[in-house]
Amino acid sequence: MTTLDTGQKLAPRASFFNDPVIRGIIYQVVVAVLLIAFISWIIGNTAANLAAQNKTTGFDFLWKTAGFDISFSLLPWSRASYYWEAFLVGITNTLLVAIIGIVLATMLGFTIGIARLSSNFIVSSLATVYIEVIRNVPLLLQLFFWYFAVLKAMPAVRESITLPFDAFINQRGIMVPRPTPDQEFTWVMVAIVVCLVAAIAIGVWATRIRTRTGRYPASIVLAGKFGDACVTLLVGFTALAILLNAVYPVANGTVIAAIVAAAIAAASVTRFAPIARGVMTFAVAFVILNFMIGGMLSWLSPVVTSAGAALIALVMASVVYTNATERPPSDARFPLALLILIVVAIPALIYWVTGATLAFEVPVLERFNFRGGVQLPPEFVALVFGLTIYTAAFIAETVRAGIQSVNRGQTEAAQSLGLKDGDRLRLVIVPQAMRVIIPPLTSQYLNLTKNSSLGAAIGYPELVNVFAGTSLNQTGRAIECIFMVMLVYLTLSLLTSAIMNWYNGRVKLVER
Amino acid sequence: MTDIGFVRSAMTDARPAPRRTSGVGAWLRKNLFATPSDAVLTVLGVIFLLWVVPPLFNFLFGHAVGPNGTVEECRMPEAGACWAYISSEMEFFIYGFYDIPQHWRPNIVFALGALLLVPLMIPKAPFKRVNAVLFLFVYPIVSYILLAGGVFGLTPIPTEKWGGLLVTLIISVVGITLSFPLGIILALGRQSKMPVIKTLCVAFIELIRAVPLITILFMASIMLPLFMPQGMTVDKLLRALVGVTLFTSAYMAEVVRGGLQAIPRGQYEAAASLGLSYWKQMYFIILPQALKHVIPGIVNNAIALFKDTSLVYIVGMKDLLEAVKTKNDTALEWQSANTATTGYIFAAMVFWVFCFGMSRYSMYMERRLNTGYKR
Amino acid sequence: MSQVSETTVDRAIDTSHMKVSKTDVAIDVVNMHKWYGDFHVLRDINLKVMKGERIVIAGPSGSGKSTLIRCINRLEEHQEGQIIVNGTELTADLKRIDEVRREVGMVFQHFNLFPHLTILQNLTLAPIWVRGIPKAEAEATAMHYLERVKIPEQANKYPGQLSGGQQQRVAIARSLCMQPRIMLFDEPTSALDPEMVKEVLEVMINLAEDGMTMICVTHEMGFARQVANRVIFMDQGQIIEQNEPEAFFSNPQHERTKLFLSQILH
Repeated sequence: MTTLDTGQKLAPRASFFNDPVIRGIIYQVVVAVLLIAFISWIIGNTAANLAAQNKTTGFDFLWKTAGFDISFSLLPWSRASYYWEAFLVGITNTLLVAIIGIVLATMLGFTIGIARLSSNFIVSSLATVYIEVIRNVPLLLQLFFWYFAVLKAMPAVRESITLPFDAFINQRGIMVPRPTPDQEFTWVMVAIVVCLVAAIAIGVWATRIRTRTGRYPASIVLAGKFGDACVTLLVGFTALAILLNAVYPVANGTVIAAIVAAAIAAASVTRFAPIARGVMTFAVAFVILNFMIGGMLSWLSPVVTSAGAALIALVMASVVYTNATERPPSDARFPLALLILIVVAIPALIYWVTGATLAFEVPVLERFNFRGGVQLPPEFVALVFGLTIYTAAFIAETVRAGIQSVNRGQTEAAQSLGLKDGDRLRLVIVPQAMRVIIPPLTSQYLNLTKNSSLGAAIGYPELVNVFAGTSLNQTGRAIECIFMVMLVYLTLSLLTSAIMNWYNGRVKLVER
Repeated sequence: MTDIGFVRSAMTDARPAPRRTSGVGAWLRKNLFATPSDAVLTVLGVIFLLWVVPPLFNFLFGHAVGPNGTVEECRMPEAGACWAYISSEMEFFIYGFYDIPQHWRPNIVFALGALLLVPLMIPKAPFKRVNAVLFLFVYPIVSYILLAGGVFGLTPIPTEKWGGLLVTLIISVVGITLSFPLGIILALGRQSKMPVIKTLCVAFIELIRAVPLITILFMASIMLPLFMPQGMTVDKLLRALVGVTLFTSAYMAEVVRGGLQAIPRGQYEAAASLGLSYWKQMYFIILPQALKHVIPGIVNNAIALFKDTSLVYIVGMKDLLEAVKTKNDTALEWQSANTATTGYIFAAMVFWVFCFGMSRYSMYMERRLNTGYKR
Repeated sequence: MSQVSETTVDRAIDTSHMKVSKTDVAIDVVNMHKWYGDFHVLRDINLKVMKGERIVIAGPSGSGKSTLIRCINRLEEHQEGQIIVNGTELTADLKRIDEVRREVGMVFQHFNLFPHLTILQNLTLAPIWVRGIPKAEAEATAMHYLERVKIPEQANKYPGQLSGGQQQRVAIARSLCMQPRIMLFDEPTSALDPEMVKEVLEVMINLAEDGMTMICVTHEMGFARQVANRVIFMDQGQIIEQNEPEAFFSNPQHERTKLFLSQILH
């Protein structure tokens, strides 16, 4: 650039409009002016329209009495409540279905996503059919289906269908017993929380010792054996007791069940442990399968049902037996049974010692309606059902993609190092898959929350229904109401993406 | 050490795989009975199928009342799906309240649309450019004239009367074609170096993506009339279109942005070094590559939009789902235990066929595009 | 072909070994066949590898050489014949597969390091969870092998931060940490940039000098000349020719071998 003085024309200063910086400024000013003009035009029109309709603006309406009913609310609500309370009721109702939906959809979605990758043709086909059917049909249609075609088509109150555990279903929704814990029961609740924390702590501690010394601590191994025996005893007794009392009633069924279960439990700490596990698996699987097949294929004769159940249970027992013979020595095994026992047994013990009672107020059919219990309105049930089933299909695809994103070479490398399948999944595959799964999973959670607004279409009083619907219609404050509703969703969304950015930054794989 | 030396004298010919690794038996063993646990899963799966499929089959076909059946048959206690109801209300489900003698007009619109869209979707079909121009610019005008009437001696038919599948298709086709260019502009704006424009685009995109469509439609339905000068009414269909288009354009922008980011820096630099202006760079070099990458994403948006059209009942339009629901609730002459269920199953099947078709098309395009990059 | 350091490895293998007791056989493949669906990939493979022997398998792509060594630690399943590794026959029995895999290390073309773990964690994962070795001990072993592959300073980095050659050396060290008796190499240098091939080959030569039993699928003929006891040439899923490297390269017998060598040696 120093050789400009060779007789060439000196580079002229860029013409005013060709300078990219100035051009950029001009563009931006034009856009800003147009936008401001457009907005002031809208504001002017709105003001004129509102004036013509004799409407006022402002948020003062929030402190006025709402005067309408809300069919379902966790917060205290009456016609005398204020509009700001209606706003809160809307938010809590939205969050309620969102949280329940997220928990259920996650469980269902992970199950189906894993099933989709199963090497078993029937299992993976069933998962594929589920996904392809559900995600290609509008959610609103599915909600209408559950609400109008299924729940609203239930029999009238007087002909309610009885479900297990004293629950009933009819046109007005599902009635379930209401738990009425007494004072002492608080201790049981405390114990559950404490035991859960303790179990996690013990698990972490045991794993740490296992990495440091190569062996699980002796105390844990011993306690683990005890835990194994206890779990075997409890589960085995339950299964056998049902078998000998309900399925094939025999005299003194309970006593026999107790003796046999005790024998199996005792065997489970000796070198006959694989046999004990096999026998127990057979008992549990047979009882469950017998009920399941009998319920699902009621046209089968009981003999065929039992024979089939026995056959499947036998195969399952043989699988468990083989696995048990191949188990690593007990000091190289994670003490899962022990941890489960801690969480279940100690609270149960406290329940028994303190004499706490957890009574249930059972719904009772009276003349025109049920009394007592909790009524889950059909709108709520349909919305939870619809959101769960719909979102699960998307979560399943997310999970499948996440697992498939882990290179096949990772599995091979882990296998060639001799890692067992469980360790391979836990240490190599899952940590990598979760990095891929969690961001889209979060956006599915956000979608579910946004989709809960469709509850408005079937009359579930969530935020849009209560505030952008009823409140807006009654007060006429359209701008304010819609602004407040949008603000809630915007906040949720920004909060989620902030958390996600933090998470992504944390787990990002380090690259060159 | 000649004993390690070995030279093959005769080549071993390929043999068919042993019986246990090929054929039906091997397939069954591999896919259904590979391990004992697999066998258990298979048996449980079969039990599940036996539980679900026969009643479903009986409901849909076995005990169903055919299209020519009567309502009395549908009201029999054992009756399954009431297809007679669907066939008798089919016109309403497709056209809504559109004047019956004028049904030939939407029919022509459907036929023209299919005629233009099918060659557009087949990668090898010729005249893509002409075809696209016809579809994007000529077809909408012709369709509007045909459907709304009022000129050329066609009876005017107000949009309030339009309904059913017709409205579902109009909203999704218009929504997708309008939101696409809007999305591109937003995506480019989001990448722009000008702070004002960038901020505006980011704010718009993030705001729209944060809220549910239902609130946007509420806004279009209630606030759009407020925003307009006094005395000016906004057509209901137009409200739905504005809401749906704005909503989809934000999602479209994010898809396009993904495509723009996937393009290597070198392409931008090469385009700039050719001395092309910004818009020419984008039009000739960047966008063609970026958009090709994101066709699957665009189709996914189209599927989402197609399903979302079911929400336009908020602004008072009777799309397919709303038309079915209306008949379910009001067609007293067809009332039976299974009428509503049949109606919803029918609507679900229609939606499913369209969405599943689109998703398969997207997968097909994805495979086609991928081949160029495989090593 | 890259030039590797000129350390000569003692190639003379005790012939007395060749016919003695079973315990000296590391790997014995007998009449083995494998199909992918209906495609007959491996046909009538017979291969006996002695302890301490170093074998290079060469052949055109698609000749089944990778499949063969992947069968040896059961990453692939064979349908006919026997594969016996350290006296354990590979069958569907998981216990035997685990037993064999613990004794056989494998190095892959694409390294397959675990990207979410540091180099040290990559190296200690299997010793801790498979062998139950205390962490401190596993880390000491890991550092020892990292020093052997000459990258101890990278211990706390992630695989993504390393060059290809470094990653492959880590992968070799990771296998060594399990103290295997046999090492399998599946084209360990073909995914590397030319300047990185040498550093990996040096590590492998070093390993050979220590008497490790090795089977190596590679196109590095210099490496084959320098360390192999035997070179095996495969085509169309079968072993076409095998010989000691000198004879193999200077005097190939089979037409296919000649053709192949003329193509890669120019």
